[in-house]
Amino acid sequence: MAYQFSQDSEIRFQRLIPQFPSKRSLILPCLFLLQADKGFVDQEGMQYIADRIGDPISLAHVHGVATFYTMYNKKPVGKFHIQICGNISCYLSGSDSITEHVCSKLGIDPGETTGDKKYTVDEVQCLGACGFGPVAQINDKYYENLTPEKIEAIISELEKQV
Amino acid sequence: MGLKTLLTTHVSAADSHTLSHYRSVGGYESQKKALTEMTAEQIVNDVKNSGLRGRGGAGFPTGNKWGFIPKTDKPKYLICNGDEGEPGTFKDRLLIEKFPHMLIEGMVIAAKAIDSHQGYIYIRGEFHKGIRIVEAAVEEAYKAGLLGKNILGLGYDFDLVVYSGAGAYICGEESALINSLEGRRGHPRLKPPFPAVSGLYACPTVVNNVETFCNVPHIIRMTGEEYKKIGTEKSPGTRLFAVSGHVKKPGIYEVEMGTPMKELIYDICGGIKNDGTLKAVIPGGSSSPILTAEEAMTATMDYESIASLKSMLGSGAVIILSESADLVETTYRLAEFYSHESCGQCTPCREGTHWVKDLLHKIKIGEGTEKDVELIFSLSRNMEGGTTICPLADACVMAVRPTMTKFKGEFSARLKKEVSISH
Repeated sequence: MAYQFSQDSEIRFQRLIPQFPSKRSLILPCLFLLQADKGFVDQEGMQYIADRIGDPISLAHVHGVATFYTMYNKKPVGKFHIQICGNISCYLSGSDSITEHVCSKLGIDPGETTGDKKYTVDEVQCLGACGFGPVAQINDKYYENLTPEKIEAIISELEKQV
Repeated sequence: MGLKTLLTTHVSAADSHTLSHYRSVGGYESQKKALTEMTAEQIVNDVKNSGLRGRGGAGFPTGNKWGFIPKTDKPKYLICNGDEGEPGTFKDRLLIEKFPHMLIEGMVIAAKAIDSHQGYIYIRGEFHKGIRIVEAAVEEAYKAGLLGKNILGLGYDFDLVVYSGAGAYICGEESALINSLEGRRGHPRLKPPFPAVSGLYACPTVVNNVETFCNVPHIIRMTGEEYKKIGTEKSPGTRLFAVSGHVKKPGIYEVEMGTPMKELIYDICGGIKNDGTLKAVIPGGSSSPILTAEEAMTATMDYESIASLKSMLGSGAVIILSESADLVETTYRLAEFYSHESCGQCTPCREGTHWVKDLLHKIKIGEGTEKDVELIFSLSRNMEGGTTICPLADACVMAVRPTMTKFKGEFSARLKKEVSISH
């Protein structure tokens, strides 16, 4: 069956419409709805968004926006998306050792997903939590002041949720 | 000078983000005052009198910015820029999570000042928690009649929408943010026209930082004249400094403008980590030129003092580097950031930031030559001073060149392979 917004996303979409005087402004929030439904943004979903927003928004417009922003996953990611900040403040606090530890434990390199699709690890630019580094974002949640031991414990907790 | 709370007085209250707490400490009284006792012109004048300068990075006088909005029949838009993402900067997240009602109150007052009836709070997408908190606060404010149609029965309408960014540092630049809100790629726009004339949906628009809006209720409560007595003459008020790096107590500290940097680092933040010695300070976010330890010890935390050292107070992000810091590595990481975040519109930025990053990588891994250093300096001259639509390329240059100049020895040692190389 062709993709359409989930019930929750449809309710959110209807709430979004009156918030902007231009339909075009719906593109970014709609891409988040698509990602919430599917876990990533794909061609079918982007075409659906273009159709729902309607003329003059085309697939090209939606695709152009989706590819500009880093928070839209252009390919499937693991159940837990571990994003580790590697910029200056986190680096000064030892973020490299966190990335190495996580990657070695999961047996993947940054940018990769484990074979069982449980984890994706990415090194990202600043997460805006510089005083509490090293910082990782796992799905929607920030984990701060990390140490190799702490991240090890966090991954053990995630294992229980799988 | 020193620690002084104005915005963060109630930061330790667990429910500081709720309407009931905010009202219990006098919240929304300034909004009432502005809507009942003041004209738009009086609000603008009070903010002008306060001397408040934008807390996002550029430090432009807020009242003047509001005063540029033309009196037209077109809708006027008010936008809060909560897209903080410059390495080192993390102060707005505190205000967003702890004081969302202070932000809303400031925005309603600003709305009346510029005759706006629609506002947007643009928050960086990664701040999921902050977005949820602000959305809940907006809902609370609507239910209490503090937002929406006929606010407090006083005949003023103002609607507010929370909008999530999607991961692009450049959207912190106001015209890129406007493009993003319009559902476009976050490409900065050519100026003029400035947003005050043609901003969101080609209408007059004011974009202010989170901390800037949070100052507004306090200015209205205490009057601009009284507010101006805090801080220094040209940099009035307090400032939230986000301190990170090699200090014992990193964090967010609200201090009076003009506080000596030495006091911030050694008294307030407990000094250098592991009792090390200070090597350098990046005083206002990653794009502010680095200061040597000697320069830092003479600086005070206000716009003028930092500018006199040829750097910027910027976003108030203070990154401390001890003698253990590898400045070749940190400079490379900053160049990597700017190359990653270049929107790609302008050739000097799109090509330059990547080129600089690649050359620094070469130096970092011990394969650099003096020619590579010269090339970085040559490239940087073509990346700055108005060769691009927005200042991202300039920011990259400011993050790289002063460090390579002031700490030349560290880079030379890497060229001569006098230090251990990490790949």
